[in-house]
Amino acid sequence: MQIDEEVAKLLQLKAQLGGDDGKHQFVLKTAKGTRDYNPKQMAIREKVFNTIIGCFKRHGAETIDTPVFELKETLTGKYGEDSKLIYDLKDQGGELLSLRYDLTVPFARYLAMNKITNIKRYHIAKVYRRDNPAMTRGRYREFYQCDFDIAGQYDAMIPDAECLKIVHEILSELDLGDFRIKVNDRRILDGMFAVCGVPDDKFRTICSTVDKLDKLPWEEVKKEMVNEKGLSEEAADQIGEYVSMQGGMDLAERLLQDQKMSQSKQACAGLSDIKLLFSYLQLFQVTDKASAEKVRTTEVQVMVASAQKNLLEEKLKLITELWNAGIKAEVMYKKNPKLLSQLQHCEESGIPLVAILGEQELKDGVVKLRVVATREEVQLIHNTHTVSLLAHGRMT
Amino acid sequence: MFCIRACSGLVGCRTATRVRSLHSLPGITVAQIDEEVAKLLQLKAQLGGDDGKHQFVLKTAKGTRDYNPKQMAIREKVFNTIIGCFKRHGAETIDTPVFELKETLTGKYGEDSKLIYDLKDQGGELLSLRYDLTVPFARYLAMNKITNIKRYHIAKVYRRDNPAMTRGRYREFYQCDFDIAGQYDAMIPDAECLKIVHEILSELDLGDFRIKVNDRRILDGMFAVCGVPDDKFRTICSTVDKLDKLPWEEVKKEMVNEKGLSEEAADQIGEYVSMQGGMDLAERLLQDQKMSQSKQACAGLSDIKLLFSYLQLFQVTDKVVFDLSLARGLDYYTGIIYEAVLTQAGVAPVTTDAQNGAPSEESVSVGSVAGGGRYDGLVGMFDPKGRKVPCVGVSIGIERVFSIMEQKAEASAEKVRTTEVQVMVASAQKNLLEEKLKLITELWNAGIKAEVMYKKNPKLLSQLQHCEESGIPLVAILGEQELKDGVVKLRVVATREEVQLIHNTHTVSLITVSTKV
Repeated sequence: MQIDEEVAKLLQLKAQLGGDDGKHQFVLKTAKGTRDYNPKQMAIREKVFNTIIGCFKRHGAETIDTPVFELKETLTGKYGEDSKLIYDLKDQGGELLSLRYDLTVPFARYLAMNKITNIKRYHIAKVYRRDNPAMTRGRYREFYQCDFDIAGQYDAMIPDAECLKIVHEILSELDLGDFRIKVNDRRILDGMFAVCGVPDDKFRTICSTVDKLDKLPWEEVKKEMVNEKGLSEEAADQIGEYVSMQGGMDLAERLLQDQKMSQSKQACAGLSDIKLLFSYLQLFQVTDKASAEKVRTTEVQVMVASAQKNLLEEKLKLITELWNAGIKAEVMYKKNPKLLSQLQHCEESGIPLVAILGEQELKDGVVKLRVVATREEVQLIHNTHTVSLLAHGRMT
Repeated sequence: MFCIRACSGLVGCRTATRVRSLHSLPGITVAQIDEEVAKLLQLKAQLGGDDGKHQFVLKTAKGTRDYNPKQMAIREKVFNTIIGCFKRHGAETIDTPVFELKETLTGKYGEDSKLIYDLKDQGGELLSLRYDLTVPFARYLAMNKITNIKRYHIAKVYRRDNPAMTRGRYREFYQCDFDIAGQYDAMIPDAECLKIVHEILSELDLGDFRIKVNDRRILDGMFAVCGVPDDKFRTICSTVDKLDKLPWEEVKKEMVNEKGLSEEAADQIGEYVSMQGGMDLAERLLQDQKMSQSKQACAGLSDIKLLFSYLQLFQVTDKVVFDLSLARGLDYYTGIIYEAVLTQAGVAPVTTDAQNGAPSEESVSVGSVAGGGRYDGLVGMFDPKGRKVPCVGVSIGIERVFSIMEQKAEASAEKVRTTEVQVMVASAQKNLLEEKLKLITELWNAGIKAEVMYKKNPKLLSQLQHCEESGIPLVAILGEQELKDGVVKLRVVATREEVQLIHNTHTVSLITVSTKV
């Protein structure tokens, strides 16, 4: 492999020296940090995208796309120290361009450019970072990002809760195993730093250190805070007490009562919003991972049945209307089946609904629609209504 | 401090000059002002360096554009149709990186190489953005030592063209390629490619179309028997290629005056390139005294006959024409070549300025929507042992298709939906957010596409209006009385017809049926 790499480098050099040679250039490599997707990988990718996009669409999101490169200055000054990881395009006499680093800055540009104030959008596309790729750890320089964002002024925490609901749905559907979604709030963090005695100008840098807790033990994190960032040991200890806390709405409640924390208006605002968030998450059934037992998208069918004899013709007419409207429907291949058999067939096949035609109903011009499992019924006027009510909402 | 003062002084100077000149222009438009402002801001940003504050240049790069949700909805439909066809024919798909090592692309595009976007040398490998999907495909085959594959690849490619945006030419645009690689019996895969083009164009409903077919060997043979010197083949070929845009007189003039061809040779070529037909024309030419002298041409003509026999079986001969004036630009075609054109005018034509003598890639003439051919030598260029993998393929001009579909959508009364929401969960009174969130969760759990307003107490009218604007067909209305009765009202937005559903698991099953999930 090293020989291959060396050969490739030498050939590359030769090509540069040789100019536009044109003949047999044997460069059989993708650029560093990038890779092809073979058909198997594409098949997996397609499934994953379908699941994810299905979820986004279920939540009413639209999608947009933006160019792979932006004007260099659109990206300038947005990524802090990471700016050095941006791929620039060569200056070939036109505008200075750079490959997009994420999908969020292009999104912001798109909103501003089109003066959009409200949108719920997803965007799945590749982004580019001149990282030091550790391919064994799955880090590439060209990789997909899959973003979902809700922009606009709305009542507090509802869109925020929907984002979490979406993450929950996606991770569940992808069947990746157990997962946890950790939630916090910038205002709570800042408020916590304040009441623990962290100087204002150290908030961001202490925040980065706290961020390392997902990889380092507390002792090392504390060491960095005190030795490198110049925090007092007392302040660090106070932070240490808070950052070990995890919980649900109850934790938010407790912290609102906490003598120290409650001194920060900022923290209190954040905590109230966390409570509100959790109340919505409860309604969305995502607070307890175990309770999110989901019914998959199923093939729903309607059994077209009859309560008396000699109704085959009517059943066939009705089923044709249903089929024409794209509804999956069945009828028994029997001129005069017993109602009970038809209902039994529904139970055995898992057909959820049965449309029952009967002589009286035909006279009244209605169809009875029954939920098989519970027997509750709705009477529908049999005309275009039946079908339009049954069929409406389909994407044509 | 000093630096900043100097910079702003500079900007101020140029600003002043610019503004003065703008003011002096009569009838300056807002758009022009916006553009000037954007340019100045860009300049300022360059001078100011990593300013970091609120630099938002509200422009996409020249020759590129965003796709808004409506366009994406159209795009999705088009891709579904096309991919459906590819899959129906048993193709797999691959993906490659947006940039390649510069040398992978070097020497493959002739004069068009100057249109390649290079990446800045930032201390690593020299990279360039891909110019098409064919060269990456050849690299992929060689790299993975693949000898047989039927693959499609839909992705964006990059060319530093002079974009004529009003004519739909971009620097970043989609290509939609289908290729069959491998050694097979003659013309069967070639015929399948044409069948696929026919299916796609028919399904997309773009109006009537023709697929012109020719063969590189017939062209070269024709040039030979007409007395064209060997070393002028390619350049005469480019000139013939202009026949789709220029009349014969001008093409002949170029051949004689600019390319140094004898008038006699030009006239002989003129006779041939006016010929069109089907299998019969191929037959006739095989008998043609002059043409039959070229072994090369005869091989091509026999293959055209074979092709048409397969096309008959595929039932697509109605739209396929053997056209001797077809001369596609690319260097790497070795056999059959073809191009599909829409025969109906009525949409903004996409034209190309084929550079003089340059084998311009995929010359897109008026109404052209697809092109391709057989290229047996390309993969061999990448293989260290020069192993050949014969290939035949087609590229669909998908941007053109988007354009046409967008115009159709514009013209038709039917609204293009940008979301697929089936049910709006609404409330008739205040304080029903909790109930709405519970109901919507049931709907989402059952896979129904549903939305709720991010408002604790929205007015029913606003919710209904949102349904109309977004094209949401059903609205589930919760109300206090209904909640007491344990029912949910399901209303068809367009007609206002309503059904009362008992709110329990029923609601979900019934709504599921209504939405035909």
